[in-house]
Amino acid sequence: MSDLRDLYQETILDHNKRPRNFKKLENANRSADGYNPLCGDKVKVYLRVEDGRVQDLSFEGSGCAISKASASVMTESLKGKSVEEVESIFKRFRDLVMGKAEEADDLGKLVVFSGVCEFPTRVKCATLAWHALQAALQDTKEAVSTE
Amino acid sequence: MVKALHELKTADYRVDAFDVARIRRDFPILHQRVHGKPLVYLDNAATTQKPQAVIDAVGRYYSTDNANVHRGVHLLSQRATDAYEGARVTVQNFINAAESCEVIYVRGTTEAINLVAQTYGRKSVGAGDEIVITAMDHHSNIVPWQMLCDEKGAKLRVAPINDAGELLLDEYERLLTPKTKLVAIPHVSNALGTVNPVKRLVELAHARGVPVLVDGAQAAPHLKIDVQDLNCDFYAFSSHKVFGPTGFGVLYGKKALLEKMPPYQGGGDMILSVSFEKTVYNALPYKFEAGTPHIAGAVGLAQAIHYLLGVGFDAIMGYEAGLLAYATETIAALPGVKIIGTAKEKAGVISFVMDNAHAHDVGTILDQEGVAIRTGHHCAMPLMKRFGVPATARASLALYNTKEEIDTLAAAILKVREVFG
Ligand SMILES: Cc1ncc(COP(=O)(O)O)c(C=O)c1O
Repeated sequence: MSDLRDLYQETILDHNKRPRNFKKLENANRSADGYNPLCGDKVKVYLRVEDGRVQDLSFEGSGCAISKASASVMTESLKGKSVEEVESIFKRFRDLVMGKAEEADDLGKLVVFSGVCEFPTRVKCATLAWHALQAALQDTKEAVSTE
Repeated sequence: MVKALHELKTADYRVDAFDVARIRRDFPILHQRVHGKPLVYLDNAATTQKPQAVIDAVGRYYSTDNANVHRGVHLLSQRATDAYEGARVTVQNFINAAESCEVIYVRGTTEAINLVAQTYGRKSVGAGDEIVITAMDHHSNIVPWQMLCDEKGAKLRVAPINDAGELLLDEYERLLTPKTKLVAIPHVSNALGTVNPVKRLVELAHARGVPVLVDGAQAAPHLKIDVQDLNCDFYAFSSHKVFGPTGFGVLYGKKALLEKMPPYQGGGDMILSVSFEKTVYNALPYKFEAGTPHIAGAVGLAQAIHYLLGVGFDAIMGYEAGLLAYATETIAALPGVKIIGTAKEKAGVISFVMDNAHAHDVGTILDQEGVAIRTGHHCAMPLMKRFGVPATARASLALYNTKEEIDTLAAAILKVREVFG
């Protein structure tokens, strides 16, 4: 039987209560919205991308503990990473929450989401902010496009 | 005599007298464990479980009677047709329609509403006209009217509600003007449980010559329905929400209106004669029933209705009123929990939010305790906005739920508090 404590690990509860980088990024040059109509989770991810690197990122929105904590940990984990690194981390993170990861040691703090794979209905919550991030990265416009 | 729900006193609650253990034995799906815990099924507003009698009736139909209806001279076709048309009379009696030809078979409430929008609506609504709905409507009683308004250049007007989730009658009345071509209202709100004063709402609309469609999806499993007493012009409900099969439902319409309406879909069964020059449409109800229908759906729904009538609506309403009162008291007493929808007249639904936990997390934790509820916007996004919440957790009752299950629900909600503080 899957244990709730595997899903709602302390770090997740903490990030849910006190989300990090939870604000609008004033000097962002990319942003994108994510919406999960199933549960009403809404997230907006802001990025400052320069020289192929995510120099800074933040998010705003409302949602369940999993989606909020996931967005929060994501912003902490990706600061300073190159766009290629971000893509690779996202792929491994997705494998992790879908239960397809062989090992997750190199994912750092993101491993707290390993319990999500026991709760298939929550995978979308865990990946919502990441999908928004990807949409923001694929936006080729350099200027801030959304207000 | 059936009392208004709020008139029921504790002494009237038949929670203990009602033989719910016997009822539960009729529903095989209830007797299982999920995540190692006994299933507590409290998602009845989404869909209801089926009694063995319904499961058997559908199986029996396919095992012994299956054939196409209205088109064979052979015995099986006759039997299938008899079962199918017999079901129509059962439905007629269930909602007290004046004639069985006023019972149109459809796929469900959604299709029933779309049918009226696409036939009656397209014919009667023009540029500048208005359609009145309510702030508590399900998307399926919003979007078909929105589509019609877009097409015709008409306007959708929304009757507001108060903080308890009750319709504001004065505001509703004010929206009824010479421009109003149709009123569409829910009998019972799926997200709040509010029972609307449909009879009064119909009177007010009729006083201005405006016909009324009632979305009865959430009323049919809980209330005795009498379309002639309500005097509504259309009434829609889904089989799967009244313990029958999915993919089947009913549109009731007053004969005089139905006769004037153009057909919905073209095809077999809805015609009297076809030539390439001209087609003559069939009489009611077949004019609206093109193609081979969900015959087993009709058979299953009729069996479900027989089952409900066997238990008796007075007994069901008395029991459920008691159970709802018990559940409301129990949940309202829990710390950090707020009930959304506190109308005086309610049926079957308790929507709630928690201080520190999002509805989706509540749903996951309850599921681990074996408690099945719905979380989300309940296909009523404008209503969620009205209450300023992104989503709610919703426990919805049926005649087979028990006080003990409510206690399990309450204990599971406390588990949420343990995790989220
Ligand atoms: C009030 C209300 N109206 C309409 C519907 C749509 O019913 P169906 O999906 O069976 O067509 C529902 C079901 O969710 C409902 O609760």
